[in-house]
Amino acid sequence: MILNPLRKFINKFACVGILAGLVLMLGSQNVHAEYGDVVINNYSDAAGMRPAVFPHWFHRIRFRCKVCHADLGFEFKAGGNKITMAKIIDGQFCGACHNGEVAWSVENCNMCHSGNPGTPTHFHGSTVQRLVAPAYKSLESK
Amino acid sequence: MNFKTKSISLAFALVAVAPLSAVQAEDAVIAQSDTINVASVSAVNTFNRNLKKETNINAAPSEDGIHDPANDSTHVLQPPKEAFSGFVTSKFGNYVDWVKTLEEGKINPRWDRINPAEEAFVMDMDIVREVKSSVPDVIFPHRQHTEWLACANCHPTIFIPQQNANQFNMSSILLGKDCGVCHGKVSFPVTTKSCGLCHSKPKPADWEPPMSQASLKNPWK
Repeated sequence: MILNPLRKFINKFACVGILAGLVLMLGSQNVHAEYGDVVINNYSDAAGMRPAVFPHWFHRIRFRCKVCHADLGFEFKAGGNKITMAKIIDGQFCGACHNGEVAWSVENCNMCHSGNPGTPTHFHGSTVQRLVAPAYKSLESK
Repeated sequence: MNFKTKSISLAFALVAVAPLSAVQAEDAVIAQSDTINVASVSAVNTFNRNLKKETNINAAPSEDGIHDPANDSTHVLQPPKEAFSGFVTSKFGNYVDWVKTLEEGKINPRWDRINPAEEAFVMDMDIVREVKSSVPDVIFPHRQHTEWLACANCHPTIFIPQQNANQFNMSSILLGKDCGVCHGKVSFPVTTKSCGLCHSKPKPADWEPPMSQASLKNPWK
């Protein structure tokens, strides 16, 4: 057959393609983070810190949504609050509780700043993110 | 070699080339942003219920893929499984039915930042939203929502508190608007298993789906 070498070539590449596809599929399932976990990396990487990870599940066991999203003024948007350590120390946002009175205070840097370096700001498990939106939009591009 | 074998090998070639070029494209994306650890964007296929189920649910922070295991404090954080023991389970999201867990008193989250005695301002009012298509109508229960949220969280920014003032559909919800501001991010997600949680009011027995305009205006009938 004339086409035999070509077919061998094609088969070889089909195998490579399928294998690579499987590897990619497995790779993309490596993230098992909890539904609702928010990675906040507006400024962390640039400041040489790990990005902060906010676990919604941990906080909703202790507080209702209203406490942060109505009383403390958190927007319903990952990375949309432009939180800085200065604001936290000032008692805004996380600092309203993480002040050593309601919850542990800010000297435990790595309890929040525990994300994998380089992870963009995103909402883990978000339907929107899976279907359409880019994983990260910088604050400037608004 | 006859025509049939030729066309078969052509089909093979197409099948072989398609995944290859896709792989190359993905490789290029990964090379561009090798520090990004999240699942690739627009992974529409993860929405496909025929694909493999998530096996490692409620993983500990050190192995969840977004926490840095090299960070000592990562190992101090509470694993979700430990926190969720005894909670009412569900089949999606955190695999916890938060509303039932709260109703059954398994958790007692504070309504006020400081005062643990302050109670939620609960309003018990169901809103029925009729759905044009054949799926059951939607009952929106204010009670379960006001257990967690204040009125101002939704009104008037997300929903105008007026009858028929808010027109939306599943597309806008999946795009993160309207109900999708929370549902699909923190509160129970939009999955094939959760449709019935909102679409819970069966259509009346005499209900018939509306005829499409194309059929009504059919010139050949």
